[in-house]
Amino acid sequence: MLSDITIGQYYKADSFVHRLDPRIKIILTIWFIVIIFLCKNFLSLALMLSLVVFSILASKVPFKTFFKSLKPIIPVILFTTILNIFYIKDGNLLFPDTFIKITDLGLATAFFMSVRIITLIMCSSLLTYTTVPTMLTDAIEKLLSPLKVFHIEVHTFAMMMTLALRFIPTLIEEIERITNAQKARGADLENGKLMQRVKAMIPILIPLFVSAFMRASELAFAMSCRCYRGGNGRTKMKQMKLSLKDIVPLLIFAVFTVGVVLVNKYFNPII
Amino acid sequence: MENYIDFQNVSFTYQSDNQSPKVLKDFNLQVKKGEFLAILGHNGCGKSTVAKLCNAIELPTNGKIYVDGIDTCDEDKLYDIRQRVGVVLQNPDNQIVATIVEDDVAFGPENLGVEPSEIRRRVDEALKCVSMYDFRFFEPHKLSGGQKQRVAIAGIIAMKPECIVFDESTAMLDPRGRAEVMSEVLKLNKELGITVIFITHYMDEAVNADRVVVMDEGKIILNGTPKEVFVNIELLKKVGLDVPEATELSQMLINEGIELPEDILEIEELTNKLIEALEDKN
Repeated sequence: MLSDITIGQYYKADSFVHRLDPRIKIILTIWFIVIIFLCKNFLSLALMLSLVVFSILASKVPFKTFFKSLKPIIPVILFTTILNIFYIKDGNLLFPDTFIKITDLGLATAFFMSVRIITLIMCSSLLTYTTVPTMLTDAIEKLLSPLKVFHIEVHTFAMMMTLALRFIPTLIEEIERITNAQKARGADLENGKLMQRVKAMIPILIPLFVSAFMRASELAFAMSCRCYRGGNGRTKMKQMKLSLKDIVPLLIFAVFTVGVVLVNKYFNPII
Repeated sequence: MENYIDFQNVSFTYQSDNQSPKVLKDFNLQVKKGEFLAILGHNGCGKSTVAKLCNAIELPTNGKIYVDGIDTCDEDKLYDIRQRVGVVLQNPDNQIVATIVEDDVAFGPENLGVEPSEIRRRVDEALKCVSMYDFRFFEPHKLSGGQKQRVAIAGIIAMKPECIVFDESTAMLDPRGRAEVMSEVLKLNKELGITVIFITHYMDEAVNADRVVVMDEGKIILNGTPKEVFVNIELLKKVGLDVPEATELSQMLINEGIELPEDILEIEELTNKLIEALEDKN
């Protein structure tokens, strides 16, 4: 069962989006998020939504996978929708004779907001579905490297992220082992009130912390044995090189950005 | 042959004050280039400390250690020493750094600042050497213990060391994983000419070595070829070690009056000698 764990939510496929330079993908994702917040009416939002759908089609990641990543944020969408419906007082009342005070503008805003959130999630999921976590951390390290001027240890942060990703499955395995060991000694983890169950977690957490620290010290030892001395003078086996094909999505995004700006200018805004 | 690693009157304590017990006392050990040395001893006899002293993770309290003629106390040469002497630890999980096998093997050469294309070549070569090339895109946690340990060995080979210290590298593995790792170790020593220091408490693994050193309480108590060392059954048992099964059995047979040589190490050898002895009787 544990062997099924994949770190992050990478979806293995061979597509244009997968092969794209991870730095470009991060920049495009941020760009997309900014544009989404600049959209003022349904037409511009529809433009951005079509861009996301187009990218997803190009990535060969099935839509089903994206619905899975939307599931956990359904409560957030519902919450914003309800808030928007009931708190916006402008516009025409839909049911003027009853006590229900819902306006057409409120309903439109609510719908607009939820589509915006869904588009946002789909876009950022696309980044994590099509990029291996280590490539992501490498790309973040590269993108943040100008911060070195301010003496910020970018490499150290990237290394910490890589190590954290590496040890997630190891620690999950460890939790399982400790849980079984404590159950074998008669620990009751499933029954009882909330407080009792929280207390029952302590005999699992303490050995987990102790072993995590022991692992950390042994890992540090192994790393210094392999001549690790921070980011200075370090090379990388996998070089990130920008090629001509990386410019194509930038152009597409530029066209859509111009589109959104024009639509915002010539059509009436919703919000 | 020249001495590759040279311990000269080394004493070592983990605390700096003089009262705390010494882990090593006036320790002298010379390892020759290309040699396969096994170090045996029960827990806490100081054998892991020897591993840490070999690549300057710890420095001797008294005495000197030379690796390829370099003093390990020389801070400027620290990474020269660590590149020459690689260490493979007990738990493979705690020495794998990256989330993909080939990235982990690249970690050492990347730290040394090797050219990217050269790293690529070394990584492929090292993975082929330990027969893990087909697993290069795997995530480490999906491999068996023996496979993980082989990846860890590949990570060391990629740094082009001249000596590898195995610090109980087989202790956490099942018999099959142990056999896998052991055959890699022999291959590195015999085919690539890498000096091997193999720290273990499995007697049967020490049988393959050119020389065996037995340690107790920070001192060397026996030093010689496996055949010379394992005849001292009484002394080995006294310091809490076993002898290879075949040696122990042949010793018991000798005591019963059967004529056998004293220095038998492997089961096959014992069988042949036993057949000879029985045929002579008839």
